[in-house]
Amino acid sequence: MKRLKWLIPTIYIVFLLLPIYWLLNMSFKPTNEILLSFSLFPQEFTFANYAKIFTDPTWYWGYINSLIYVLINTVISVSVALPAAYAFSRYTFLGDKHLFFWLLTNRMAPPAVFALPFFQLYSGLGLFDTHIAVAMAHLLFNIPLAVWILEGFMSGVPKELDETAYIDGYSFPRFFTRIFMPSISAGIGVTAFFCFMFSWVELLLAKTLTSVDAKPIAATMTRTASSSGYELGLLAAAGALTIIPGAVVIWFVRNYIAKGFALGRV
Amino acid sequence: MIQKTPNPKAWWLVMPVLLLVAFNAIIPLMTVVNYSVQDTFGNNVFFWAGMSWYEQILNSPRFHAALMRQLLFTGEILLIEIPLGVMVALAMPRKGPWVSVCLVLMALPLLIPWNVVGAMWNIFALPDIGLLGRTINALGIDYNFAQQPTSAWVTVVAMDVWHWTSLVVLLAYAGLRSIPDAFYQAARIDGASNWQVFRYIQLPKMKHVLTIAILLRFMDSFMIYTEPFVLTGGGPGNTTTFLSIDLVKMALGQFDLGPAAAMSLIYFMIVLLISWVFYKLMMQHEGRQ
Repeated sequence: MKRLKWLIPTIYIVFLLLPIYWLLNMSFKPTNEILLSFSLFPQEFTFANYAKIFTDPTWYWGYINSLIYVLINTVISVSVALPAAYAFSRYTFLGDKHLFFWLLTNRMAPPAVFALPFFQLYSGLGLFDTHIAVAMAHLLFNIPLAVWILEGFMSGVPKELDETAYIDGYSFPRFFTRIFMPSISAGIGVTAFFCFMFSWVELLLAKTLTSVDAKPIAATMTRTASSSGYELGLLAAAGALTIIPGAVVIWFVRNYIAKGFALGRV
Repeated sequence: MIQKTPNPKAWWLVMPVLLLVAFNAIIPLMTVVNYSVQDTFGNNVFFWAGMSWYEQILNSPRFHAALMRQLLFTGEILLIEIPLGVMVALAMPRKGPWVSVCLVLMALPLLIPWNVVGAMWNIFALPDIGLLGRTINALGIDYNFAQQPTSAWVTVVAMDVWHWTSLVVLLAYAGLRSIPDAFYQAARIDGASNWQVFRYIQLPKMKHVLTIAILLRFMDSFMIYTEPFVLTGGGPGNTTTFLSIDLVKMALGQFDLGPAAAMSLIYFMIVLLISWVFYKLMMQHEGRQ
């Protein structure tokens, strides 16, 4: 029994990898082969699908657009959440618990509810089809999440650290940036990871708020799927490439991801 | 547990967060409330409609059906993902080089854009050229997720299990890692069975993270839109039309703003209500209020 324990995670991982393998398999096949035959490996191995993505601006700009708004969103989320999480973890103030729960309720807001009003709001502000609009819209669910996770990490740092620093004559901003932030760097990394993740994977709002200039890769894919018929190979290649940024980010925070939500308390 | 000090100035630290979230939450929500009590014949002319849209939605069989499908779906995936996630986390190695490998591979599905998840499962499950669809048909089971309601439902559930079980694994694993080795040694000396170790050492340590996992999975599965939309488009018929898909159909497809707005608010209230109950339970567990 004990010896066979490794089988469970192994079978689970195989289950996770099967659809990804199939996607990769498809992405290296020409369209004709996809539609006319069934094979576990590409018979006419081709890079044509990838070449198309890297040479056609409407495709590769999709990736750049996505990365731009995801990065803007992550930077804003983490930088405004840091002081707020500090306040929640160290102080009590009027309405603090209600405010914290209200913040979390925004994490529970279905994007489908907000799609149309967001469209009207950001069109009204003249920000429609800009990276900033998508980044701002994603703040709705990423700021509460960032505050939630960071508050958990900060509560794990003993308060003596703050008090000693103040006695030593540190001002609040100096203490916060020089001493406090380095001591929760793991927490900041985990928070940035989750902000990156939830902004990167979201499509409904990103698609609603953009048309051409800031169109995310995900929207390019859905529009291509419907407009130019059934180019499965191209779609598969584009999909396979969207896995890469996430995989890179996971690799950097692999030791911390498991801790992220565990330390974040409600 | 940190002793917090009263400090009204802390409001200044919270202010940026408050302003940004309020801007994004309150203005759109007011727009929705506005639409939900008015009717229009176009040309930007609006009439007061009172509660009629709410009555219409609450009495409509279409909304009831979507809500039932949603509850059934969320219930099913919670029943599958939570025990499966715990099982995988329990069987994972506690230390060594394989830990990183497992974590990275398991986290992969979480970072794939949701429409790609749908597209990937579409390609994977196609009955003629997909690995899964072809295999199932080869086993003699008639399977076509685009035409048969049962196949579509099972595929959407399988996709969600594929997509999100890892989150439960990661959380449960984090909970397990916080158990000192001494606990296990003590249990072995006392001659505890595997079940007793699980019931009295591991499960209590995972209680907190599992509550978070259930809460997150509840919220996110209740709002699911993109993955089933890309995979099945809500079909065949309305078999996989969950609340968000139904809402977007109504708001952006048919442009029925009044009923869509009323449905939005009812929908949001349901999510809030259930989450609030969870939140209260969690607070009680941790003994702080």
